Amino acid sequence: MKIVVCVKQVPEITDVKVNPETGTLIREGITSILNPFCEYALDHAVQLKSEHKDTEVIAITMGPPQAKSALLRCLELGADRAVLVSDLKFAGADTWATALTLSSAIKAALSDVNLILMGKQAIDGDTAQVGPELAEILNLPQITYGVEMHLTSSKKRLRVKRETESGYEVLEVRLPAVVSASKGDFIRRIPSFEDVLAARVKELREISADDLDLEETELGLRGSFTQVISVFPPQQKQGGIKLEGLEPEIAARQIAAYLREEQFI
Amino acid sequence: MLIIDSNKCNACGLCQTSCPFGAIAVEDDVAQVNERCTLCGACINVCPQGALDIERRMVSLEELSHYKGVFIWAECELRGAAYAPKKVAYEILSQGRRLADKLGQQLSAVVLGDDRLIGLECLCHCGADRVLCCRHELLGRYTSDGFTTVISTVIAKEKPSIFLYGATPNGRDLAPRVAARMRLGLTADCTELGIDEKGQLVQTRPAFGGNIMATIISPYTRPQTATVRPNVFATAEKDTTRPVTIEDVPVTLGKANIRTRLIEEIREESEKERIDEAKIIVSAGRGCQDPINLDMVRALARKLGGALAGSRAIVELGWIPHSRQVGQSGTTVGPDLYIAVGISGAVQHVVGMSSSKKIIAINKDPDAPILKIADLGIVGDALAILPKLIDEIERIKT
Repeated sequence: MKIVVCVKQVPEITDVKVNPETGTLIREGITSILNPFCEYALDHAVQLKSEHKDTEVIAITMGPPQAKSALLRCLELGADRAVLVSDLKFAGADTWATALTLSSAIKAALSDVNLILMGKQAIDGDTAQVGPELAEILNLPQITYGVEMHLTSSKKRLRVKRETESGYEVLEVRLPAVVSASKGDFIRRIPSFEDVLAARVKELREISADDLDLEETELGLRGSFTQVISVFPPQQKQGGIKLEGLEPEIAARQIAAYLREEQFI
Repeated sequence: MLIIDSNKCNACGLCQTSCPFGAIAVEDDVAQVNERCTLCGACINVCPQGALDIERRMVSLEELSHYKGVFIWAECELRGAAYAPKKVAYEILSQGRRLADKLGQQLSAVVLGDDRLIGLECLCHCGADRVLCCRHELLGRYTSDGFTTVISTVIAKEKPSIFLYGATPNGRDLAPRVAARMRLGLTADCTELGIDEKGQLVQTRPAFGGNIMATIISPYTRPQTATVRPNVFATAEKDTTRPVTIEDVPVTLGKANIRTRLIEEIREESEKERIDEAKIIVSAGRGCQDPINLDMVRALARKLGGALAGSRAIVELGWIPHSRQVGQSGTTVGPDLYIAVGISGAVQHVVGMSSSKKIIAINKDPDAPILKIADLGIVGDALAILPKLIDEIERIKT
């Protein structure tokens, strides 16, 4: 079985701030990490690989050259090889252009893919759109928010437990399919020194816009259907009273008084 | 246009039966398309041979202006035996009404469901000019494939200018699938919507975990589509004197359209009230230290008639299920009262609860960000305060 895991390198978002004067992102000194939900997707892929020995896990990302470090992290965590889809022409891509580029790259670089996994969302954009868009472009069925996945005995179908608003549901889908992943119920093995060394010699292929069957007008900002016209810092909700140094009993009374005043009790 | 690869086509006829417009017919051992085709894409996924493809050309600005009307998907859910619109449907209805009035256009609510659908007149009472009702036995529960096909068909036929979805798990599963099929710009999880001087939809949403806001437009595609964050906007006011127009939309859907199969549904019955519609929420964070202490938090929630929720940290520790997680990667809530117990208030958490009307926070750390936005912030040990608070409430009540 061949599993492709689409990943994204993201800034450590707690650091991201907007310069209130220029309205642009302050990017200096911000560290980049592999998006946590992409790590979960990779965990699921590695888990499936441990259950089915003849499985190959390939990590793929669209991003700038430095996104290679996110792929290295994937290789350390257990991916067998990786593909970096990188070109200046991809810059400014919205979710549609990203999904189109990724789908085209998957078709160009990989054949006979059985399962495409991705994180349920990236913590920078938080759109959760690339997965379903990619699935539609590739004409594949999708299951989002998967927390548990297993192949059926015939290995032709995948059973996925997914998060819903009221709990979970288990869906079954014929492969090939696209599944977006949430955190699964297993503990990730921390990469050993050997894993880190081994990752350095695993295949990491780079492809560019020239390798894709897409027109230049379909790429990056030009190929995007949405346009960001401004960014600005959010309005902070103003706080009220802050009480410090109270005995628990007094604090409890203060809260109860507030609840009563606001007619919650 | 719809392209049929005659070499791949084996004349199985599945596309013909899946076409809502009667635009495909199998003749001379190959599928043929006629002028009734709206490019809704219903046939594409059905073809086992992969013989169908749609070539879409970009629409000119002149053509874009022919797309008219504001549409919302009124997501329904099962409540007992009835299948009725969710609260979020009424929230986007109020926004849709405002946008439609600004444009001087109609507001339509699209409903998908089976025979159990009820309460549709309420959508008209709350602002819709008409309800498009898509009833089919295969629409009794949400499926990505089934709902995408039906919504795409509605869009292809009705050509709206704006189409809004609630940014619920299903809405965020559906909207991008439809957007990709119809080649539409889509903006996720909007918290503010407006119309600019050109009549374009202006969409504002938080990004980078809520650290920044971005304003986005879709200048080249129609309808302009967006998912709208639940519990941010007020629900529409009900006016029972408003006229009710419900139109039935014929649905063409077969089992072949839907490629996922439900095996099992697991409802988290342990906590009664769901957090997305709760009026009072008591939410626990890592500061609660041990899952056993959640009993105290739960007891407080019960005392107040509220629901228990928590931060991503304690969900990942397995203390509470994901369906109770508040924040960017969980649920956005907007209760009348939110009590944060031992939650520091990382920005990803705050974006999920900052529209709460009143916020009480208890935290040991005087610098915890949650205390900056709380209406009442208590610096102290929640584990010591909570039992006393429960007693105190008990005393006041009796």
